[in-house]
Amino acid sequence: MAGRIGALAIAAILLALTFGTLALVGWRAGAGAGGFALGPADWAAVRFTLMQAALSALFSVALAVPVARALARRRFAGRGALIALLGAPFLLPVIVAVLGLLAVFGRAGVLNSALGWAGLPPVSIYGLHGVVLAHVFFNMPLAVRLVLHGWQAIPAERFRLAAALDFAPGDVARHLERPMLRAVLPGAAVVIFVICLMSFAVALTLGGGPGATTVELAIYQALRFDFDLSRAALLALVQFALCALAVGLAAVFALPAGFGAGLDRAAAPFAAGGWRRWVDGLAIALAAGFVALPLVMVGLRGVPGLADLPPVVWPAAGRSVVIALASCLLSVGAALVLALAVARGARWFGLVAMLPLAASSLVLGTGLFLAVHPFLRPESLALPVTVLVNATLALPFAYRILLPEAQGLEAGFGRLAAALDLRGWARLRWLVLPRLRRPLGFALGVTAALSMGDLGVIVLFAGDSAATLPLIVQQLMGAYRMTEAAAAALLLVGLSFALFALFDLGGRRGVAA
Amino acid sequence: MNYPMLAAGISVLALLATESLAQETPAQEKPVLTVLTYDSFVPDWGPGPAIKAAFEETCACDLRFVAGGDGAALLARLQLEGANTDVDVVLGLDTNLTAAANATGLFAPHGQTGSFDLPLPWQDANFVPFDWGWFAFVHDKTKLATPPASFEELAASDLKIVIQDPRSSTPGLGLLMWVKAAYGPEAAGIWEGLADNIVTVSPGWSEAYGLFLEGEADMVLSYTTSPAYHLIAESDDTKAAALFAEGHYLQIEVVGKLAATDQPALADAFLAFLTSDAAQAVLPTTNWMYPAKTPSAGLPEGFGTLITPETSWLIPDAEAQAIRQEALDEWQAALAR
Amino acid sequence: MLQLERVVLAQGAFRLTADWAAEPGALIAVMGPSGAGKSTLLMAIAGFLAPAAGRILWNGSDLGPLPPGQRPVSILFQDQNLFPHLTLAQNLGLGISPRLRLGAADHRRVAAALDRVGLGGLHNRRPAQLSGGQLGRAALARALLRARPLLLLDEPFAALGPALKADMLALVGEIAVETGATVLMVTHDPQDARRFAGQVVLVADGVAATPVATADLFARPPQALRDYLG
Repeated sequence: MAGRIGALAIAAILLALTFGTLALVGWRAGAGAGGFALGPADWAAVRFTLMQAALSALFSVALAVPVARALARRRFAGRGALIALLGAPFLLPVIVAVLGLLAVFGRAGVLNSALGWAGLPPVSIYGLHGVVLAHVFFNMPLAVRLVLHGWQAIPAERFRLAAALDFAPGDVARHLERPMLRAVLPGAAVVIFVICLMSFAVALTLGGGPGATTVELAIYQALRFDFDLSRAALLALVQFALCALAVGLAAVFALPAGFGAGLDRAAAPFAAGGWRRWVDGLAIALAAGFVALPLVMVGLRGVPGLADLPPVVWPAAGRSVVIALASCLLSVGAALVLALAVARGARWFGLVAMLPLAASSLVLGTGLFLAVHPFLRPESLALPVTVLVNATLALPFAYRILLPEAQGLEAGFGRLAAALDLRGWARLRWLVLPRLRRPLGFALGVTAALSMGDLGVIVLFAGDSAATLPLIVQQLMGAYRMTEAAAAALLLVGLSFALFALFDLGGRRGVAA
Repeated sequence: MNYPMLAAGISVLALLATESLAQETPAQEKPVLTVLTYDSFVPDWGPGPAIKAAFEETCACDLRFVAGGDGAALLARLQLEGANTDVDVVLGLDTNLTAAANATGLFAPHGQTGSFDLPLPWQDANFVPFDWGWFAFVHDKTKLATPPASFEELAASDLKIVIQDPRSSTPGLGLLMWVKAAYGPEAAGIWEGLADNIVTVSPGWSEAYGLFLEGEADMVLSYTTSPAYHLIAESDDTKAAALFAEGHYLQIEVVGKLAATDQPALADAFLAFLTSDAAQAVLPTTNWMYPAKTPSAGLPEGFGTLITPETSWLIPDAEAQAIRQEALDEWQAALAR
Repeated sequence: MLQLERVVLAQGAFRLTADWAAEPGALIAVMGPSGAGKSTLLMAIAGFLAPAAGRILWNGSDLGPLPPGQRPVSILFQDQNLFPHLTLAQNLGLGISPRLRLGAADHRRVAAALDRVGLGGLHNRRPAQLSGGQLGRAALARALLRARPLLLLDEPFAALGPALKADMLALVGEIAVETGATVLMVTHDPQDARRFAGQVVLVADGVAATPVATADLFARPPQALRDYLG
């Protein structure tokens, strides 16, 4: 019962932060804004947004499947490190990642240098394909992790059975892997689709021109340059509608896999031999290169400036770590409550958990500002608001990571726990936390790193003293200090990744891989 | 794993609480002047610290900078707050934003007298200029020996440029106005010519400048003063701005006093201080712009090497407001290949 | 005393009725064809399925409002009777305190229960390290610790060999006598019923019939049982 009340309270807060802030912005726009309709430029933005998000989701998921399969059935030195590395791109601050990608794929990048050396014409990264490439870089590794979890959620007993029945790889695919993919892929695709719907800086920087205008950019323009709150609210509503559509479609296509519970026996991976070995090897090598190369470039760019970082960087870094820790605990705690409620059948909590993904962070920040401003000096709330907003925006990711395993937990052990009268804290401590250790670690890592990098919403609340590390990076870039900015960005990436790895490895330790 | 986590969570929240409380406590019982400004004004390497120290020596007050994003974000925030704000002075709006700022009715006349060292006469009743610059395309002399000398030459070349989006950045809007001011009805044609030179359009100045330094473009839209940064701060004389025959568009950064301020005298004193030698001498090597009143010691060494356009453009507020949408549409149509 | 008062169980199109009482301390086998609803009957008594009509009573009070863990019931499922991430001692400890707040005396009780079922010294093992028979014994040991007056067995030993199964049933019998529990045990094997149970509930054709003495039933099997036994 306590869990249910908690889930209701969290749902109420999420609704207030998403629809509440949107309503506040709309209400502040007030009269005189009535009868407003979206213009042709806005509809062009909607079309481009949908197109790039759909392509990005499609490619991310399609490319993730062979990589995840290879990782699921092969064991090799450095496999754990590679899986951890796959968490990195998703956690990079956008501008850092874009510069890293450009160092590889840009005009003066590694790829074009190699092409020029080989006497081939250069390729341009700018345009729709560049936007999709960047989104695949950010999200394909995330999809790999989600799909890999799906593979690992198939109990070893099923693979043992398959081996006993002398299944060929094709049979394993039909009877075990495809049902799992059917259950996992729509969810992964919709998460990535919605993330890309919100894209702003990537689409604009790599899009090559105003043709690459997204809805979020139109909202930014409406809020900052035109101060047209009603148009911003309307566009934010359009975003919600698009996301609702995507989530609805995914719910239709996703079927539960229903593998039941296993006994935690160590899995002997079902490793097909022959040419499949080589295909798997190639998939792993390509994915590792695609992810690692831009990261290496970020590192190379950052190292020269490390020696003369301005001293303000260090307190800012400490502040960012504290914010990230508080945000991730808040976020994962709330996500766990919602995931458990959904696993017990209250499905609508799942929709609420996904709401922040669909919320325009600009509108959310503006709405919160409107809510707080009459009562308190907004900048005095900068840090708590940052924690709250980061936790909220990261919650859908934590929720998606936890949900499948929470469902498996309920299906496999819900009855036994009920029969033994395991409830409340005891259930959490003796059943939920130990059984969900791995996804909890992963979720904490992801949300912590996301909270390190994010700064979008808090601009309105940013105060006199409390600069965070991403803000410092931005300030350095805004003052020509690109070398120091690159070094501070490297520090930011290093800290984000350290937090992520700490939680993720902590979660995986002691759990059979 | 839950108990250590819980403890960590509680300590983290306690830390956050103390930090936000610490901010709440005023330093002393001195009057406080709250100045809302853009992010890059306040850091150690910006003008903020030196200006705060110098002003507090004269005012017996506490000068509090509140950083609120970029120039456009400052205005948006003021509009959200309306008259119910404890901001006294806004520092860092520019001539692309003053029309909208005046229209809010939130600002009071500045009452400052005296002239400014601007290329054009200054007339705004509410805003005082504190620094300014000409927009220009910046390039690397070692890679581009003879830069184009006009938009037409640039459009005819196969040089690659990065510009900022006029819908999200004031330099981007400045470029839009520059082309409109210099070419009027032919502006659309210039944009069509430039379309194949534009590598990409970035959300803000720093992304564009970063792309340029990474070698993604031959030229970037910035300021005639940008090479001074590389020369003075990095002893790097390879960067230069291209002088365009049709003249250059101005960006003038301004400071204004809010009508609702409860510290009107202090606010006036701050406006006067900002155009004094003490403050003006700080700006060239922190904001990397020209001071609005040349300090008695003159400009720093290195500024002498910069190009000096003969023609300066600045479309008056009212007119700029009127043509902005049309110019945006032209720009969008020409670039949406 | 367990009493099923005009109970109707419904799951989709499936319906099962029951209207009888079980003597205290009775050992009852639940038999019937596959899919007839034997497990469904146990799930309803354990509290995982609310009756569509009627009441399930224990000593005259309705069990309806009670969640599964608070009913006077211990249940052993077909599988997954132990948490794989906990040691045997912890799994058994849950039978004493769901919060696993165990004192020295409790630890001694756990050790004694493990000894009682022949698993002495294995308290630090995890379920994956045990054989099928050992898993069953551990689950029984926990039921012994819980000492609920009603023990429901949903074929937990179906996978065991005949000798092992006989051992387990004997153990169940001993535990039932020690704790005075009423036992309902689903089985497919007439041998189990004859050897272990004094009574049989025949589940067939949508009805869970009133318990009858095992000997009488097999002496004069009704048509449904004849069909089932073949």
